Amino acid sequence: MAHALTIFIAAILTHNIALTYLLGMCPFISLSRSIKTAFGMSIAVIFVVTLTAAINWPIYHKILVPLESEIIYYIVFIIVIAASVQLVEMIMERFFPPLQAAFGIFLPLITVNCTVLAVSLFMVLRDYSYGMTLVFALGSAVGWMLAIMIVAAINEKLKLIGDIPGGLKGSGIIMIIAGIIALAFMGFGGMVDIN
Amino acid sequence: MVLKKLFGPEGYKILKKGIWREHPIFAAGLGICSALAVSNKVENAVAMGAGVTFVLIATAIIVSTLRSLIPQRVRIITYMITIASFVIIVDKFLKAFFPVISESVGPYVGLIITNCIIMGRAEAFYIQNKVYHSVLDAVSNGLSYSYTLITIAIVREVLGFGTLLGFRVMPGGWENWVVMTMAPGAFFLLGLALWISRAIAERGSAEEEA
Repeated sequence: MAHALTIFIAAILTHNIALTYLLGMCPFISLSRSIKTAFGMSIAVIFVVTLTAAINWPIYHKILVPLESEIIYYIVFIIVIAASVQLVEMIMERFFPPLQAAFGIFLPLITVNCTVLAVSLFMVLRDYSYGMTLVFALGSAVGWMLAIMIVAAINEKLKLIGDIPGGLKGSGIIMIIAGIIALAFMGFGGMVDIN
Repeated sequence: MVLKKLFGPEGYKILKKGIWREHPIFAAGLGICSALAVSNKVENAVAMGAGVTFVLIATAIIVSTLRSLIPQRVRIITYMITIASFVIIVDKFLKAFFPVISESVGPYVGLIITNCIIMGRAEAFYIQNKVYHSVLDAVSNGLSYSYTLITIAIVREVLGFGTLLGFRVMPGGWENWVVMTMAPGAFFLLGLALWISRAIAERGSAEEEA
């Protein structure tokens, strides 16, 4: 149990998927211009990352490993991700139309969000058990949310000041903000050890 | 102008567009994850750049050859499966011949699949254009991705490790900027690179208008 908590905290703070592993950067840059879109995307990411990790683990360990066909796991994972995103979208459309309207536009984008695939790949590389995988997936997604929300909030405040050099506007300034936040997150280093 | 003759006027335009005007990282903001993550050492950057270029070219050939056969509704998943298959080849190749690089690049090779450059080019270009032009587009995008990655990696490796491709280049008393080898250094450098490229691009377009 203690170990699961360690993984959870490590995935959020010391091994943050956005600020330490630099993953999920494309949506990070395009969506961190306002808090509202950043929030919508993060909720969708939390949901999809946890769901796909929960599906990919049994597929990898119960089907691919016994059949000795680990070599195709990239293809299998990406299909699972694309299919489950599609499925979630259809279910939401049918049963929760308001929810669909709120973050439906973010769902198709998630398929190419590297966070989702990365969590599944880390799960294989680090040989997590099923429970650990779920905790790690949830922690990573929450960590991603934390990072994008901080950057989006700073970015909104910066817009009010509005004295940014022309060439830095847009993605440039987001990189710089993210760099400073990543420096700050390094302060958490050594708090918990993931190995 | 030799290039213009070699590739034809149309092909030359495509090449030039990918390398500067529509630079995948600077102008379109694509493929940033891997640009940040694997640019800590030059050898990683070279491996990653070559891998992405290979996958781009292969995807361009497959997708543009089959463009009239791919049904509209399943095209995204077709791209994904094509890309994933070639990424497996790159992954196995690196594991077999360059195990050290493969170890340090780790999961980022697999993440070429979700590198938006390839998916983006497939959707924007290869699905509508001839094989020859698609391959040229793939080459120019792959090249501009690689040179950006390698440039950033040179700065990071020299400042962060004091070495270049593993050889010591900094004098003995050099204190390594450890932060350069880690995430914040990557963010700062790419931010800076974006700034410089934007500034140059803005000046260029202002001159064209004048």
